[in-house]
Amino acid sequence: MSSIVQVAYLVSSILFVMGIKFLGKTKDARRGNFLSAIGMLIAVVATLVTLDILTFVEIFACILVGGAIGLYYAKKVEMTQIPEMVALFNGFGGIASLAVALSDHFLKTEVLQVEIDTVNSVSIIASVLIGGVTFTGSMVAWMKLNGKISGQPIMFTGQHLLNLLLLVAFLGVAVMTYLFQIEPIYITILVVIALLVGVLIVIPIGGADMPVVISLLNSYSGMAACATGFILNNNVLIVAGSLVGASGIILTQIMCKAMNRSLMNVLLGGFGQTVAAGPQDGPQIVIKEVGVEEAAMLFDSASSVIVVPGYGMAVAQAQHVIRELMEQCEKRNIDFRFAIHPVAGRMPGHMNVLLAEANISYDKLIEMEAINDDFSNTDLVFVVGANDVVNPAARTNPQSPIYGMPILNADKARTVIVSKRSMGKGYAGIENELFGYPNCLMLFGDAKQTITKVVGEMKEMA
Amino acid sequence: MDTAALLMLIYVLVLASFLGFELISKVPPTLHTPLMSGSNAISGITIVGALIATNEMGFTTLSKWLGMFALVLATINVVGGYAVTDRMLKMFKKK
Repeated sequence: MSSIVQVAYLVSSILFVMGIKFLGKTKDARRGNFLSAIGMLIAVVATLVTLDILTFVEIFACILVGGAIGLYYAKKVEMTQIPEMVALFNGFGGIASLAVALSDHFLKTEVLQVEIDTVNSVSIIASVLIGGVTFTGSMVAWMKLNGKISGQPIMFTGQHLLNLLLLVAFLGVAVMTYLFQIEPIYITILVVIALLVGVLIVIPIGGADMPVVISLLNSYSGMAACATGFILNNNVLIVAGSLVGASGIILTQIMCKAMNRSLMNVLLGGFGQTVAAGPQDGPQIVIKEVGVEEAAMLFDSASSVIVVPGYGMAVAQAQHVIRELMEQCEKRNIDFRFAIHPVAGRMPGHMNVLLAEANISYDKLIEMEAINDDFSNTDLVFVVGANDVVNPAARTNPQSPIYGMPILNADKARTVIVSKRSMGKGYAGIENELFGYPNCLMLFGDAKQTITKVVGEMKEMA
Repeated sequence: MDTAALLMLIYVLVLASFLGFELISKVPPTLHTPLMSGSNAISGITIVGALIATNEMGFTTLSKWLGMFALVLATINVVGGYAVTDRMLKMFKKK
């Protein structure tokens, strides 16, 4: 390979690093993404230079098809569906790495008829395993997120034993693949096992834990690219792959910490199943209702408001009307902010995107550690579509399944209004003590409709 | 592959991972979704491998077909990933 191509790959790597560095500041983030895309373009062009011009027809046909599908999907996807999209694309990256590894294997064994050395063979096998697991794991996560299959954990006896046996079988067949390279049957079995393992490790994990799963699969897709880099002896794949691998691992850790769970606990699955038998014999919670008029008056007389949004808000499509509520409050010089729990939404940072889409300035979106001490001197907290992240049981009740999870101190505010469709339970399926607190008022009804009415009342008052 | 070449690749792997950990822990939680979709696009770098695999002449080998399959999917990953990230970041405004 010529040194010009190597230099181009170096430039690409630098652009990927700079791109991620620019993501550290919200105002530079868009430029960062652009730099990273340029890096990718340079890597692609540099690779094309090394290729035979006679194959360009099929290459451009593939790029055109893939590019059109990608662009179309990216334009039309709803912001609530971003987690699904990321899951799907993770899967595509994974299967692409697997296919490249297989292609290299068959090129060497069938076309060139050369022996694959140990390093190469190990890299191919690693790429098949990680790529395959990423693909089917992502597909299951994708189906769970968009409701094509139930979000409930799917468990059966001997599940973990089966996974272990499959991994042992994988290692056994991997050795055979290395020893008898010319036999295509062994690498085919490896592919099948890898795809099976991907399904099996994601099905026992419940819908509420999908943010952890897609973060982890994101990391895997990077590692698969890394393994492919070892096959092709190519540094840019390794640099890019390890950046993504690191990113996924960090996000996975953040998600686990925000739910007070270990990664092992999430991966073993079944969360939310054993809970139902729990605290039902506790004292009945007595709640107080509030009407739209009274709610509007509470907003009108407050001097500080914090909104705690949850995924339920996005489901009800209430974010735009909340912006109107914010405008009404700001007209009255009321301090109006949003408290964002790390697991609000269905993937890391999802809530911020949903609110940004509703045209809410990002400096109003405050993360948990930065805002948690302010609740005690806040007049009014408005909880919309969130539940478990404001449940004081996480602090007070050691029996609660969410005990120890860091929560937003909404209960410490002077008054709390909770917008809720009915008295249903949260994702974790547990009673929320907050609803029975003396300073808590329930505003029942569809979030979008009730908040629209509150805004209407406020407009009349002004 | 000889040991020296392998060591070089491992060097790159280890250092890039450390760099990744440092950079990504500085990304604010506000931007974690664009970070994930953007890094998702970066993982589409496997497109380079797919291009090389597609370079096989003629359509008679399994290698070539696998390469083309990988190329389509990696392109979806790259183009879709960057486009949706840009769409999201465009919405983050400060007033």
